[in-house]
Amino acid sequence: MEAMRIRRMARIKKTVTFLIIIALVWISIVQTGFSLSTILTGLPNMRSLIDEMFPPDWSYFSSITEPMLATIRMAVLGTTFGAIFAIPVALLASRNVAKIPVVYQIARFIMNLIRTVPELLLAALFVPIFGIGEVSGILAISVFSFGIIAKLLYESIEAIDPGPLEAMTAVGANKVQWIFYGVVPQVVAHFMSYTLYSFEINVRAAAVLGYVGAGGIGLTLNNALSFYQYDRVLTIILYTFLVVLLIDLISNRIREKLI
Amino acid sequence: MKPYEKKNVFRKIKIWTAVVVVLAIYVWAFAGAPIIEIKETALAAMKGMFNGLIHPDWGYVYDPEGEDLLRSLLETFAIAVLGTFISAILCIPFALVAARNISKSRTTSSFFKVVLSAIRVFPELILALIFIKAVGLGPAAGIMALGLHSIGMLGKLISEAIEDLDLSATESIVASGGNKLQVLWFAVLPAVLPAFLSYTLYRFEISVRAAAILGIVGAGGIGAPLIFALNGHSWDRVGIILIGIVVMVTIIDVISASIRRRIV
Repeated sequence: MEAMRIRRMARIKKTVTFLIIIALVWISIVQTGFSLSTILTGLPNMRSLIDEMFPPDWSYFSSITEPMLATIRMAVLGTTFGAIFAIPVALLASRNVAKIPVVYQIARFIMNLIRTVPELLLAALFVPIFGIGEVSGILAISVFSFGIIAKLLYESIEAIDPGPLEAMTAVGANKVQWIFYGVVPQVVAHFMSYTLYSFEINVRAAAVLGYVGAGGIGLTLNNALSFYQYDRVLTIILYTFLVVLLIDLISNRIREKLI
Repeated sequence: MKPYEKKNVFRKIKIWTAVVVVLAIYVWAFAGAPIIEIKETALAAMKGMFNGLIHPDWGYVYDPEGEDLLRSLLETFAIAVLGTFISAILCIPFALVAARNISKSRTTSSFFKVVLSAIRVFPELILALIFIKAVGLGPAAGIMALGLHSIGMLGKLISEAIEDLDLSATESIVASGGNKLQVLWFAVLPAVLPAFLSYTLYRFEISVRAAAILGIVGAGGIGAPLIFALNGHSWDRVGIILIGIVVMVTIIDVISASIRRRIV
């Protein structure tokens, strides 16, 4: 009897889940007016757009190297600043380091709050303050990667082996020594890996930040799009694609070795 | 030199090369770094933004006629739902052929893994710009962009989940005369379903954030009113939209995370 009841419960749960998903999708379709015919009517346009993109403007490659390098530079600097600021906050957010509930709850709250804001939105907010250009982009990337790295880092700090920490407390180490010799050696590889991971994400993000005026290749892309130079658009896309793929490949290789 | 000493020297060389390379990258990056110049308008903008967050435009939250916050947020949510739904369905065939233990050969599997990472590389925003040219301004372009982009990530995660499966159940189905489709339906699908749901929810959380900015290029959702408010320096409206996005994302994250915790 009990087994039958459990099975029936499971079936009801499955049905309810299924119905909820259908309801969500249906509401969304009504809300957005999305339909298959939208896609179908768009197909011929898509076709002609792709026709205009080919062949890509190969000569354009050399002239977009400068904005591409600027994009990578933005990602490098932004990730670095973000990673540096992430360290103290991650330490404060870890239960086994901060010890005081109020402290780690506040640190976590700040982290979670920052992580809800998408990168491009941050850039859009920084542009009116710091003007159009790379500075806004670097700041947006810094704040965003701070969110990612701090979150991942505090999770690995909480998972460290408490043995060395207890030993250090036993011999009378102060808090700074305790962190430097007890915590840091255990998480430094993770920290580097997370920083690289966030760098990969940031290169991709940096490529579009220019759209809101935050510097880099996105600005070039936006110009090409607004002048309907689709062969150049394709060149930019291909170039971005190559750079991102290459960076992902190298970064992945290093990360595999780190952990 | 003893072998372990040789190994040590080798290790040292490796570490120092890494240090030099990293230093070189930083020298290059900082040499080209832009100088921060604070414009006169910066302070005003900052003050405005701050004031806007403290005194947001509450009247914008609900307006029975015309554009309001709740409607735009609902549209953002709907774009994320449909985008995730489409990619969750489309990623299944990709995940199957990319999984090493299901795919016919090593080459097919690696080929589709590359295809999946290629899809992932294209930012949603660029896809949205392209789809706008095809289907015009509006949520449809955003949905298509998210639907296509998310295939990359979902396909990769799910193919890895399939690779982790213990496929001994498939052997007994094959032994009792089941065909390939029956294997997928009775062995692979039930085993991978929790991971599939969990990853789809996780992707949904990301898609909500993405949908919130797609409007910047005109692909529907809250992004468009936000960028108009920013350009028009109506900080109280910027404030309420920001609060709206943060609240929506937080609620969705909390709900989704609690469901995910229960699934796995």
